[in-house]
Amino acid sequence: MSALLQVRQLSLHYGQRVGCEDVSFDLHPGELLCIVGESGSGKSTLLNAVAAQLTPAAGSVRYRQRNGEWLELAALSEADRRRLAREEWGFVTQNPRDGLRLNVSAGANVAERLMALGMRHYSQLRQLASHWLERVEIDPSRIDDAPTSFSGGMQQRLQIARTLVTQPRLVFMDEPTAGLDVSVQARILDLLRRLVNELGLAAVMVTHDLAVARLLAARTMVMQRGRVVETGLTDQILDDPQHPYTQLLVSSVLTT
Amino acid sequence: MSTTTTLMLELRGLNKSFQLHQQQGARLDVLRGLDLQLHAGECVVLSGPSGAGKSSLLRVIYANYRPSRGAVRVRHQDRWLDLAKATPHEVLDVRRHTLGYVSQFLRVIPRVPALDIVAEPLVELGLDMQQARRRAAYLLDRLNVPERLWQLPPGTFSGGEQQRVNIARGLIVPRPILLLDEPTASLDADNRAIVAELLAEARGAGSAVLGIFHDEDMRDRVATRLFPMQALEAA
Repeated sequence: MSALLQVRQLSLHYGQRVGCEDVSFDLHPGELLCIVGESGSGKSTLLNAVAAQLTPAAGSVRYRQRNGEWLELAALSEADRRRLAREEWGFVTQNPRDGLRLNVSAGANVAERLMALGMRHYSQLRQLASHWLERVEIDPSRIDDAPTSFSGGMQQRLQIARTLVTQPRLVFMDEPTAGLDVSVQARILDLLRRLVNELGLAAVMVTHDLAVARLLAARTMVMQRGRVVETGLTDQILDDPQHPYTQLLVSSVLTT
Repeated sequence: MSTTTTLMLELRGLNKSFQLHQQQGARLDVLRGLDLQLHAGECVVLSGPSGAGKSSLLRVIYANYRPSRGAVRVRHQDRWLDLAKATPHEVLDVRRHTLGYVSQFLRVIPRVPALDIVAEPLVELGLDMQQARRRAAYLLDRLNVPERLWQLPPGTFSGGEQQRVNIARGLIVPRPILLLDEPTASLDADNRAIVAELLAEARGAGSAVLGIFHDEDMRDRVATRLFPMQALEAA
């Protein structure tokens, strides 16, 4: 099978400080890859550099778009990068308030990405929005309510609906369940698990929670101080970790 | 075994040791120079005291543990693949189609009902959900899991019920090689007999089975051959 995303020797620095250094990986269609590591290990920096939200200092990110053509992200114009983010990608942020528009209704939040793709038919937009609210287990009668009236878990589910409604081929997720209660987390994880399977999404997810990686990802990358120290099948990494840092991470968890 | 049966799995010079970086780099040797052949239709039972490396061996074959040295050769869709050298994507493909693994413990997924946990491996192969659920229901029924439990997540089930859900999940895809790590440890005699029946059917259909069964009655019932193992002497 051919890859969807190819990352090669990607580096990004914050002045003297290393953000991420010499990172390479492939992502295949339908595959969810987790990036784990503690705070400051460079996970989010890497995610943002791959998703073209930050500009890397060196290395390359190549993406195979819907028509089969490979794109070198660094060579794209800002407009083309925005088109890609709109038409083929999705991004779920840790804090749903960063990914939502708080001053418009839940329904408009979901419909907005569809409108950006040119869909204009009001009743069709409303119907799709309602369908997606149901899909993420939000009562469709809340369609006209502002997200500010939602709980944190509901806001996160709304952000997921807003992201997936355009059927992206590739989704980036930055700690989508951090900062939520455990019961709320379980619900969102189950939701993500089902949607990823049903839609055949490819996704890169950053998490500090090894149990999340075990549940969702077939493959995992472990980062420390901006570098990938170990990569492989998630169950291998958690059950037979090789690198001292991975062993420390795994042995520090109560249960995975 | 007759020489005409198909070789499915071959281990050559397999070593496994753990390097424990958190324990001043202590090294634990669990397998050394292990050779084993497994053919279609046979059921080889690993025997030996606890600490002999039986479970570790199954995990190395499943590529859950990485071998330190040696080859894990698997017949995968009419070609041979060494799992010790395979890419993660190749390993995943082998697990989906060729190599099944049933442990003692069910890994419960929050909020997912028993029926869907059992059906999932078939759905991953692209089968329609309704068909997969029908096959899951058939297996749960045969394993005497009461129908009122099928729509519930198995987190609150008894050990024996969880174990039977796990066996159903492990057997739902008819894979050519089955690895079983004491899948019947918490089952009563009646349910063990049903598992023995299911394994005999799998073997009859050409599967090769490699397993650990501490219960002697179960071992005698399913084994076509024993493979003795011993703990390694401390180096």
